[in-house]
Amino acid sequence: MKDFILNAKSPNGDLHTKWEDYKKTLNHLSPEEANKYKVIIIGTGLAGASAAATLAEKGFNIHAFSYHESPRRAHSIAAQGGINAAKNYKKDGDSVMRLFYDTIKGGDFRSREDNVYRLAELSANIIDQCVAQGVPFAREYGGLLDNRSFGGVQVSRTFYARGQTGQQLLLGAYSALSRQTNAKKVKFYPRHDMLDIVTVDGKAKGVITRNLLDGKIEAHSADVVILATGGYSNVYYLSTNAMASNVTANWRAHKKGALFANPSFTQIHPTCIPVKNDFQSKLTLMSESLRNDGRVWVPKKKNDTRKASDIPEEERDYYLERIYPAFGNLVPRDVASRRAKEVCDNGQGVGNTGIAVYLDFKKAIQEKGKDYIKEKYGNLFDMYQNITDENPYKTPMKIYPAVHYTMGGLWVDYNLMTTIPGLFSIGESNFSDHGANRLGASALMQGLADGYFISPHTVMDYLAKEKPNFSNKTEQKEFLDAVKETEKDIEQIMSIKGELVVDEVHRELGKIVWDKVGMARNKEGLENAISSIPKIKEKFWKNVSIPGSDKDMNQELEKALRLKDFIELAELMAYDALDRNESCGGHFREEYQTKENEAERNDTDFKYVAAWGYNKDGKPHLFKEDLKYNNVKLKTRSYK
Amino acid sequence: MNINLKIWRQKSNKTEGKLHKYRLENVDPNISFLEMLDILNNKLIKEQQDPVAFDHDCREGICGSCGFMINGRPHGPQKATTVCQLHMRSFNDEDDILLEPFRAKSFGVIKDLSVDRQSFDRIISSAGFVSVNTGEAGEANQIPIDKSNADEAFLSAACIGCGACVAACKNSSAMLFTSAKVSHLALLPQGEKEKKERVNKMVATMDAEGFGACTNTGACSAECPKEIGQTNIARLNREFIKAQASNLFEKK
Ligand SMILES: Cc1cc2nc3c(=O)[nH]c(=O)nc-3n(C[C@H](O)[C@H](O)[C@H](O)COP(=O)(O)OP(=O)(O)OC[C@H]3O[C@@H](n4cnc5c(N)ncnc54)[C@H](O)[C@@H]3O)c2cc1C
Ligand code: SF4
Ligand code: FES
Repeated sequence: MKDFILNAKSPNGDLHTKWEDYKKTLNHLSPEEANKYKVIIIGTGLAGASAAATLAEKGFNIHAFSYHESPRRAHSIAAQGGINAAKNYKKDGDSVMRLFYDTIKGGDFRSREDNVYRLAELSANIIDQCVAQGVPFAREYGGLLDNRSFGGVQVSRTFYARGQTGQQLLLGAYSALSRQTNAKKVKFYPRHDMLDIVTVDGKAKGVITRNLLDGKIEAHSADVVILATGGYSNVYYLSTNAMASNVTANWRAHKKGALFANPSFTQIHPTCIPVKNDFQSKLTLMSESLRNDGRVWVPKKKNDTRKASDIPEEERDYYLERIYPAFGNLVPRDVASRRAKEVCDNGQGVGNTGIAVYLDFKKAIQEKGKDYIKEKYGNLFDMYQNITDENPYKTPMKIYPAVHYTMGGLWVDYNLMTTIPGLFSIGESNFSDHGANRLGASALMQGLADGYFISPHTVMDYLAKEKPNFSNKTEQKEFLDAVKETEKDIEQIMSIKGELVVDEVHRELGKIVWDKVGMARNKEGLENAISSIPKIKEKFWKNVSIPGSDKDMNQELEKALRLKDFIELAELMAYDALDRNESCGGHFREEYQTKENEAERNDTDFKYVAAWGYNKDGKPHLFKEDLKYNNVKLKTRSYK
Repeated sequence: MNINLKIWRQKSNKTEGKLHKYRLENVDPNISFLEMLDILNNKLIKEQQDPVAFDHDCREGICGSCGFMINGRPHGPQKATTVCQLHMRSFNDEDDILLEPFRAKSFGVIKDLSVDRQSFDRIISSAGFVSVNTGEAGEANQIPIDKSNADEAFLSAACIGCGACVAACKNSSAMLFTSAKVSHLALLPQGEKEKKERVNKMVATMDAEGFGACTNTGACSAECPKEIGQTNIARLNREFIKAQASNLFEKK
């Protein structure tokens, strides 16, 4: 890979007015002019659906693809807790500046100031837009919008719709998208898996897809391509993500030249239902909002097998309240997760496996009443009971951290464009705003900011400088070649006819990534991962078994095509974690910690975004984007 | 526990399907129903057989992907629960369990237990939205909304679009699904302006898609995993009559 200097293209000027000033300099197209352009959007979750609707409103012709049967099925639908916005409705001193600062600090000073400020600035518009679409956010008795608190902050700025905020926001974006489908400005391709990007003269001009119903491989051309394909937590096999969430779109883009930033920055969410057996197919999140009223504790004594109710108050260790008196149970996710691991490693874990801690609502129920708790968290309590067969109104929940979100993703500049011209990346699929740790309720905010308010402007600006001539160019050599290439890959996988089920290989990969590139990492483990992942790759290509035909619906083939890319990504994650000889946010390198077991950041040597270039013959190539902090002072994070 | 499964196997919408028998032994009662199917599929693949196709994704009861008939009931025996949230402890040792796809004219079988529910998307895209462009919205707290209305709108908006209501109905009516969206938006001031047009278009699309008429049996609501109430249907009917009446009035 050729060396080049990464340019984030942040505009000059005052932080507070930068985005508004910059927007005025961007090129604009009238709806008549926009109508000449074709835009491909891969993914119709919050980010993709909101971008598709908005770009269609501006006159562009949108071709949107998803492997789901409907946009409403995207993983975004599962988000529970809420969405942040600096509205300051509670008059508790919130402001754009404060949301900006909390997000930068929450990310442990590994994100770009300009992007994060813009996100905080746009947060209020998102709520306005969603309310206008009919999103039924929770309200107070007076009829105004209600808020609650999330981890890592001391103000109440999270808007919510019971425990189904993602559902309601996605249905809002889906309705906006449906309105444009009705207006014939959006053509939606359901059950289509994007398997490759096509570039022409170095610019992204189309994609290759597989129709999941009949296996047909098709080329689609367009003037610009936007990836809104979500996160890759499923590289760990078990995660809170929907079963089909995957990295393929991003990975194919990476192999075609898009840099992959901070791949090892993954978020382990502290409150999930613990793993119960070997058949477990996925993990279930219990929203962070529960930490508003739930208290985390373990027995003080090691290997204590008594029932929770038999352990008297004075023999309980409310360790978060003890270690972090200022934030208590509401410390950020990375901190809460690491501390849970620590007490369990120390033998204080609870439940059959000893790999769980309690989340206890007794005090809140006593003080605020059962109805209050039911109103706020009813569906979460029901879900917990359904899965575990235990009643959380009566006995404390058992929880343990699980992989939840990936801060890493395709490197993008201020315009959300990757290093491939004409290829944009929005929502969880890019790396942009959360640094080394994402604060709760800010992924929905980022996805919608990217989709409704940022990419429509920057994509239009890009297109205004391009001639609209890629509506129908699939007969061009680049497309024909890419189709052949994809067909060859599939043929090869179908012909392995080995003995292993795809999930078996995936589980094995997941175990390595969880053990070595999970909640705590060290040099030896990472080197070990780098040497063992290629063996899994070999196993996959020699011994995986795909029954049936690739010309029908074939769910095993779909999984195999995703797993092959996860395996390659896993290796890159290990390289990234090994390169970063510091601890920051969710990236905890055991060698780099303070005496109090807090993450020890190293701003002198690692104040950069690690953006990796693909190298087909070996070690990936590292490009560094130095992060500049002109408006906030770098500090050691403290939640004490 | 041991179970005896009978599963509808159909290669595609172009071929005929039939029931196949499978026996699974030593099933852990604490696994989910779909994990049980994962185990069956694992076994089938090991034996070089085609695994059973079924739709699923979130496995948290919210995406609406999963859904098929278990012993004649959409999503199975447990009230207010999607298939993915159902656990094997709801069954007994040596139970016979029959799995079939949702059956309705407007939901074609794709393969095995997977059906095509895109007709639902077409109902929504006909008018299930508020016409507001990005950037045109006013301040969110400008219009206070009575908490009870907002809460009721939320309950209607909680529909996951799974299609169980259609499968439960002897007429294959999509009335519960459609009425949930009509109600959600009719209950909010934001949806007020397009109320008449919305109900007219959505009902027309529902009919055009081949869904049957609603005869108020209540089967839909009883089987709905999100407990979408029949009051939604009553509201749709009211809105529809109002819209028709005002159409007549306007024509005069
Ligand atoms: C259980 C859970 C709870 C959460 N709760 C919250 C919360 O309370 N607040 C918060 O802010 N965040 C929360 N998050 C995080 C947040 O939900 C996600 O980060 C966000 O929804 C991602 O949105 P997205 O649009 O980027 O991607 P997604 O919603 O994942 O959408 C991805 C889209 O891309 C499509 N796609 C992907 N790859 C391909 C391909 N190769 N070909 C074709 N289509 C493809 C999919 O079909 C889908 O349409 C939660 C996450 C989880 C797992
Ligand atoms: S109304 Fe109920 S059964 Fe019908 S689609 Fe919605 S959630 Fe499913
Ligand atoms: S798999 Fe999502 S609702 Fe069942």
